[in-house]
Amino acid sequence: MTQPSQTSDVEEMIQVEGLSKGFTLHNQGGIRIPVLENVSFTVKRGECVVLAGASGSGKSTLLRSIHANYLAEAGSILVRHDETWVDLVGAPPHLVLDIRERTLGHVSQFLRVIPRIGALDLVAQPLLTRGFDETAAQRRAEEMLERLAIPRALWALPPATFSGGEQQRVNIAMTFARDYPILLLDEPTASLDAGNRQAVIDLIVEARDRGVAIVGIFHDAFVRDAVGTRTYTVDSARKAA
Amino acid sequence: MIDRDMAPLLQVSDLSRHYGGQVGCEDVSFELYPGEVLGVVGESGSGKTTLLKCIAGLLPPSAGTVSFDTRVDGPRDIYAMSEPERRMLMRTDWGIVFQNPREGLRMNVSAGANVGERLMAVGARNYGEIRGNAVDWLTKVEMDLGRIDHLPETFSGGMQQRLQIARNLVTQPRLVFMDEPTSGLDVSVQARLLDLIRGLVRQLGIACVVVTHDLGVVRLLSHRLMVMRGGRVVEHGLTDQVLDDPQHPYTQLLVSSILPV
Repeated sequence: MTQPSQTSDVEEMIQVEGLSKGFTLHNQGGIRIPVLENVSFTVKRGECVVLAGASGSGKSTLLRSIHANYLAEAGSILVRHDETWVDLVGAPPHLVLDIRERTLGHVSQFLRVIPRIGALDLVAQPLLTRGFDETAAQRRAEEMLERLAIPRALWALPPATFSGGEQQRVNIAMTFARDYPILLLDEPTASLDAGNRQAVIDLIVEARDRGVAIVGIFHDAFVRDAVGTRTYTVDSARKAA
Repeated sequence: MIDRDMAPLLQVSDLSRHYGGQVGCEDVSFELYPGEVLGVVGESGSGKTTLLKCIAGLLPPSAGTVSFDTRVDGPRDIYAMSEPERRMLMRTDWGIVFQNPREGLRMNVSAGANVGERLMAVGARNYGEIRGNAVDWLTKVEMDLGRIDHLPETFSGGMQQRLQIARNLVTQPRLVFMDEPTSGLDVSVQARLLDLIRGLVRQLGIACVVVTHDLGVVRLLSHRLMVMRGGRVVEHGLTDQVLDDPQHPYTQLLVSSILPV
């Protein structure tokens, strides 16, 4: 396990240090698109860091790199996992999966639908491996779907046929049903009306006040002001290139 | 759930298989942990089926080793075992689901017997228990129990694949190899089979190697992904990372060739 490069603050949960990420398009003449260059920032418990920057500046790339969905080219991404610092850059796949299972929650912009699994089970199933028994998992899932105003009539149905906003709320329920110490949120309120937007804001604020370290992209200024504690501006490496 | 504290279940080192002067697969190494699902993708002729046959004990490699963590003796090179030992392993701790159900099923005995036969091969003799076990597994793979005494010949392609899965899982193997388990099936049948495999593999904590050319299959089933071309592994990593941020020119081509639905 790696030690953090700076003086270790017990409150810190994420330390990004000198992160660079670009894309090489081999089938388009090997064009290289630099996106992030030498990005460094930290996130503490109870903070909600809002990623800011123009469209195309690399906010999503940064968030996906922290989720280890994109492969960083240089630098390190340290996350506190079971009270040990782990560098996600170069971590073996089974360790990354374990970190995603227990430490690093992620709400993507779209729900990846699994055929034939109903919304309630989709939220409840992952809880079973986390010490919940069948009844407790069920109750927790119901509570989340209720808070996010998913009509009870839909609970048994697979979300493939749901509206965009309903799918997004199921997605949020899946992540917030579990107590991750770190949350990465990519436009969680993008397709929601005002009432549902408020429900999501409440969930984020509660998590933040409980001490969860949050990094997010929020285009909606109202949401940003309600949940954010600090802004980090992502500068495009493309300007320099 | 992958068990990180245990030794790798399968360890493949520098494996090559040549056919005369032709390369089947070349210099492949990887480890598989208990409960882990590894997808192997690549176009026809990329060497993925050759690799699967080599690691499943069906085709001796030209070079390299395949080591399996046996219950009794710990890690053993499967090609250094005696033939009866290897056969026993294949009947108990391993399962193989073939693309063509004819290779994995006995077409001239009933569905129930296809499942029961594997139990008898490991010493089960009580008819009532064998029958009960067969019924139990046929239920788990969602078979109509009214068909238990029918020959697989009379089944649809999707039913034959589900029967193959029941036949393999009845001995509770720790490792299952699957060669294109869903190709040749209708899309709706594919979805049902995939969902079934996904559920069973997770519930039972079975490790799997799934060879396919279908990226949707690996996205749904596998934790890790290996991309093969010309017999070699050109890229290897977390499934979503390889599919969302492919590094090798061939993987980029493969991912960008998916037709949007």
